[in-house]
Amino acid sequence: MDKVFISGNHCIAEAAIRAGCRCYFGYPITPQNELGEYMAAHMRRAGGVFLQSESETAAINMVIGAASVGTRVMTSSSSPGVSLKQEGLSFLAGFEFPAVIVNMMRGGPGLGNIAPAQGDYFQSTRGGGHGDYRTPVLAPASVQELADLTVKAFALADAYRTPVMLVGDGMMGQMKEPVTFPEPIDPETLPAKPWALKGRGDGPSRYQASLILDGLEMERHNWKLVRKYKVLAEQETMYESYMMDDAEFVVVAYGTTARIAKGAIKRARKDGLKVGLIRPITLFPFPDKVLRELARSIRHFLVFEMSTGQMVEDVRLALENCGVEINFHGRPGGVIPTPVEFSRVIHRYYRRM
Amino acid sequence: MIVKTLCAGSGGQGVLTLGNVLGNAAMLQGFHATYLPAYGAAMRGGTANCTITIADEEIASPVASAPDIVVALNQPSAFAFINRLVSGGKLIYNSSIVEEVPERHDVEAFAVPANDLAVELGNARSANMIMLGAFAKLAGVPSREAVFSSLKLLMGRKKAVFEAGCRAVDKGMEYLS
Repeated sequence: MDKVFISGNHCIAEAAIRAGCRCYFGYPITPQNELGEYMAAHMRRAGGVFLQSESETAAINMVIGAASVGTRVMTSSSSPGVSLKQEGLSFLAGFEFPAVIVNMMRGGPGLGNIAPAQGDYFQSTRGGGHGDYRTPVLAPASVQELADLTVKAFALADAYRTPVMLVGDGMMGQMKEPVTFPEPIDPETLPAKPWALKGRGDGPSRYQASLILDGLEMERHNWKLVRKYKVLAEQETMYESYMMDDAEFVVVAYGTTARIAKGAIKRARKDGLKVGLIRPITLFPFPDKVLRELARSIRHFLVFEMSTGQMVEDVRLALENCGVEINFHGRPGGVIPTPVEFSRVIHRYYRRM
Repeated sequence: MIVKTLCAGSGGQGVLTLGNVLGNAAMLQGFHATYLPAYGAAMRGGTANCTITIADEEIASPVASAPDIVVALNQPSAFAFINRLVSGGKLIYNSSIVEEVPERHDVEAFAVPANDLAVELGNARSANMIMLGAFAKLAGVPSREAVFSSLKLLMGRKKAVFEAGCRAVDKGMEYLS
């Protein structure tokens, strides 16, 4: 298929429909309104349902409903709206229902502003709702990757029976880049979901509940979830290495910040600095193994984020007892940092090496 | 090759359309391209700008710390963004309404009376496409053919608009030749 010059928000919606998503429920909030707009225009033609709900809470509960019958379903919002969805996320995790939740993060806390930010890292990766669960989190850094990872998110959600989050920000959502879309998937051809509540038919009756009163059952359920997250970590961790071949200094950054970091690294490379980038593509599971392997030969790590320091905690956990230096530079939501700013920071820490 | 361009003007002048046509044209010519609009509480008469990067390699950052070219469609944009230009960069400004260009000795400034040229063409709203033509001439990318293909893709359903766009792009290219 030919390339299309398309914005991130529209791209996610198109990729979702192509991935077989047939229900979308959402409530408008900047900077992701164009996603719902695209769904409104195109979902019906695909034979699916677009519904603008009365609130974010309603949308996520509609997601639970659609997921319970085995339909590929998506909702999207931005930070304050995603906070409202957390109860539903916890229920989806408890029910083990597949669904894709998009968070185009904005400045916060509170209503904050609509500028790009990465302040929802903790909320996304730590299981933002109550209970002992995690959510796989995908963090694209280009519009093409938004398409690819949207398709991936639906596949992961189905394969692991879990809600999956796709996180970006206003820059990822508003930016346009050339995209080649994958071929559409006919939802009828997807593997059957024997657990889905589609009527008993000739089989045994079945029910789904997130209330598990029996203590031992509850514990068994939680251990089952833990095993699932372990398999996810072993098989689904994704990251990108950029200019790492001869690197003596590693930058760690994801999403929009990784793009800016790449610009900064290009500049630093021109000045002869041996700098590379590790870009986590999955934030949970976090690519800790590759960082530990690098720490055998590289002593200096620098984390860039558009927050006051959240992913840096995962980097510190990954490199615990490795005896390496981990520095952090963050700009909280409101201002997009520039490659010049980041390259200055790289120079400052590199000189101290 | 990498060209970072910042297009700015007031809401309603077609700055974002300019950027979108430019980005599509670059893609159609086989380049890597990014288009990053400054978004927010936008309104007619407010400010609008977008950053377009065209390159023959993967584009690291779509954010331009120091653009190579600034296309300024109104006075506040010329004031606001000339300082951001990289040393040796180029400013193309709409001299129909930009009366004063701040002095900077390390950049070149090109005056294009886009509003007047647009009126000459009989379509006052095509000033943005005149600026696009001027840009393409000055930057050397994208090609005239790619810009036309882009216009066809985006506006082809409205033949009159498409043709007016092509005429305006040609007018802008001729003005700077």
